[in-house]
Amino acid sequence: MRRALGLFAFLSFIILLLAVAISLRPFGEPPHAEMDTYFIEHAQEEASANNVVTSVVFDYRGFDTLGEATVLFTAVSGVLMALRHYGGKEK
Amino acid sequence: MTTTIIRTTTKILAPLILVFGSYIILHGHLTPGGGFQGGAVFASGLALLIVANNKEKVKELFDKVPLTQLESLGALGFLGIGALGLMGYTFLKNVIANSGLLFGAPTPKGINPGYLNTGGTLSYLNIFVGTKVLAGLTSIVLIFFLILRREKDEW
Repeated sequence: MRRALGLFAFLSFIILLLAVAISLRPFGEPPHAEMDTYFIEHAQEEASANNVVTSVVFDYRGFDTLGEATVLFTAVSGVLMALRHYGGKEK
Repeated sequence: MTTTIIRTTTKILAPLILVFGSYIILHGHLTPGGGFQGGAVFASGLALLIVANNKEKVKELFDKVPLTQLESLGALGFLGIGALGLMGYTFLKNVIANSGLLFGAPTPKGINPGYLNTGGTLSYLNIFVGTKVLAGLTSIVLIFFLILRREKDEW
């Protein structure tokens, strides 16, 4: 009984994957995305930077970068707080 | 632990790695990379310098480097640049872009060779994040090195 159930789940999963693979969009033709187009067309004048990725990371999504920097800050403070006792008088 | 090979290689490679890290940080708004990546490259150069020297030399070298202060300066600078946007706009708004200040020159639209004096707050944020990442990673490497190089009787 369990083997039959397993075989059934296996086959249905394979059929699902095949169906998804057949219905994929052709390569290089992404679905319509207004936001991408906006970034590519306006980033140079709004953020005045050639690197659109940087203008997304530091300008349009600046809060995310602030969180990342906070994660690193917390990690470094934790390591130094836990280990400064063993590391001699440094830091 | 440090052989002649490592020391000689470090003498040649470390300046190049440090310069390359600074380049990635400063050109973050023009070329791939940015504060995080450039800071990591810079910190790897400093880690090479740490590994290639013995403990006394490292202590002498890094005693005067304010790593924890640099880390805090990076975080506070990021917040300060973000707070500049509160003058009439929102937090982290790019107020320096197209304003004519340092890093404030406008970028010509379309394909251009890339000018260093552009980017607005992006360039400042890249520099501050780079400072923060290089100080943080270097202080972690430094403290692990100092722990591993302790003599037995120091425990």
